[in-house]
Amino acid sequence: MERELILQKRKRLRIALNVIFLALFFLFLSKADDFLDPYFIRILNVSAVYTTMAMAYNLVNGTLGQFMLGPNAFIALGAYTVALLTMPVQKKALAFIIEPLIWPLNSICLPFLPALILAGIIGAIAAYLLGIPSFKLRGDYLAIVTLGFGEIMVVLASNLISITNGALGLKDIPGYVNLYWTWGWAFFTYFFMRWLRTSSYGRAFEAIREDEIAAEAVGIDIKKHKLLALTIAGFFLGVGGGLLASLLGTIDPKLFSFFFTFNLLIIIVLGGLGSFTGSAIAAFIFVLLSEMLRSVESPMNIGPFHIPGIPGMRMVVFSLLLIFMMLYWQRGLMGRKELSWDFIIDRIYPLKGVKDVGSATEA
Amino acid sequence: MEALLKLEGVTMDFGGLRAVNNFNIEIRKGELVGLIGPNGAGKTTVFNMITGVYVPTAGRIYFDGEDITGKSTNYIISRGIARTFQNIRLFKELTVLDNVMTSFHYQLKSNIFKAVFRSPGYREEEKRMVEEARDLLSKLGLLEYEDFIAGGLPYGQQRRLEIARALATHPKLLLLDEPAAGMNPQETQDLMDFIRMIRDEFGLTIFLIEHDMKVVMGICERIRVLDHGISIAEGPPEAIQKNPKVIEAYLGEAEE
Repeated sequence: MERELILQKRKRLRIALNVIFLALFFLFLSKADDFLDPYFIRILNVSAVYTTMAMAYNLVNGTLGQFMLGPNAFIALGAYTVALLTMPVQKKALAFIIEPLIWPLNSICLPFLPALILAGIIGAIAAYLLGIPSFKLRGDYLAIVTLGFGEIMVVLASNLISITNGALGLKDIPGYVNLYWTWGWAFFTYFFMRWLRTSSYGRAFEAIREDEIAAEAVGIDIKKHKLLALTIAGFFLGVGGGLLASLLGTIDPKLFSFFFTFNLLIIIVLGGLGSFTGSAIAAFIFVLLSEMLRSVESPMNIGPFHIPGIPGMRMVVFSLLLIFMMLYWQRGLMGRKELSWDFIIDRIYPLKGVKDVGSATEA
Repeated sequence: MEALLKLEGVTMDFGGLRAVNNFNIEIRKGELVGLIGPNGAGKTTVFNMITGVYVPTAGRIYFDGEDITGKSTNYIISRGIARTFQNIRLFKELTVLDNVMTSFHYQLKSNIFKAVFRSPGYREEEKRMVEEARDLLSKLGLLEYEDFIAGGLPYGQQRRLEIARALATHPKLLLLDEPAAGMNPQETQDLMDFIRMIRDEFGLTIFLIEHDMKVVMGICERIRVLDHGISIAEGPPEAIQKNPKVIEAYLGEAEE
């Protein structure tokens, strides 16, 4: 059949372009240390970690369409897991000065990858457990419950001193993370999410977003699929938290406050709810802007006026940006579309008579 | 022949309001039965109870010999009941093809990892799903729209697509809730032919709610009339048309 043949060819070309792009990108990363200053490399690392987390968050808020506000909880769990599992035993003994670290944790030290996977698994378990009661609710109520869960995690992190070292936080977390780790996970997350979305499960998630009653009427088990999506998001958020802990080298409860969720929310709304490439682009813009806008927080002299440095000015700028987006560009940078090679593929193998190419023909 | 669907003394209360009172019906295989009644008579509530959206306050519902009272909607769908809605409920931002393919999902055997990483088994399943969906679309005359976004279709085609999506769950019994609502006479005529065609093509039993008397009288073999939750008449179309109780329910009592 002609259509099948064209779809087949389009698929092959898409794979080829993806492979070329990935090869070039990792070639760039391998040379990045030579020609980029450490500052910019750090920006690249942070934006990759944010990309991973934002895509996971977007699966629940964009693809599944459930307004969840607690990603900071899973990120915190992942970050503390990696920190506690990878720190050398002696360093842990030195760090916990108020109360000693409880037993199994004070005597183990794992390599980075198993610790990171465990961070993901713990994030996934927490997400599953949170999902059971909270998916009895929808919309605003779901948002409030998950927001509460995020706050509980912060309070726990501050008060379970024998596990988290309380407000002192954890320092000297081994910095295993480099560009390969961060971008490796960012790409893995992206492909996982993209393949998930174009699979039968992704169609079920989107059906739930579009119309829950109709989704139920075609036999989709709503509860099971919501839990599935949240659990997957929990895994990748946990991994993202673990990467962040290793990247920053020091974590404390304040880092995982609601502002973390707010930042991720800005990213996914800016990038477009339901668009994973949109999240990646927005994460990069967000991290870059937060660095560039540091200058607005320092003291300034405008003509005769002296303005003292105002910490938090950056958030004002982001909030304004968000307001303008919502007024003039409600669906974000990408809407629900993905950045793809279609603009090239359409030229070489056009799909005749096709008005709007949906997920059936993607990937 | 044994009844495919059997409702026994089904009653539904919403707080103090009795929406459906002691409703009994038996629908045999292959029948095309209509349910009519004035607005607010409880027709859609009957459908919602059959599909498990509401659990009846009293009474039992049997489908294909099995008691399905209080079972979850997705279980009931998997047993072979499908429905459409009064106000079309499509997955508006998905393509026409994807809309139909969501109906196959509950039968998917591959787990989520096999699906994400496209195991050979999953690819085989996906291929079969695409083939079957396109086959169904072509039978229903929708194949040319397969890559269109569902929300962009003309109204009449959206109705058809909703029915196609329902058929894709492989039902034995199809519940149609006001399929002709909002259609012009030509579209209505097409729809009547369409309903007869799918019944014969797919060997379906159809239970439909309709306001358009032309449709009800034209295609139903048996009609049940509901008013304020109570069954007031049942019979073939000609008898229903002449039944004084029905005329009263629709037009009000004649003045003495």
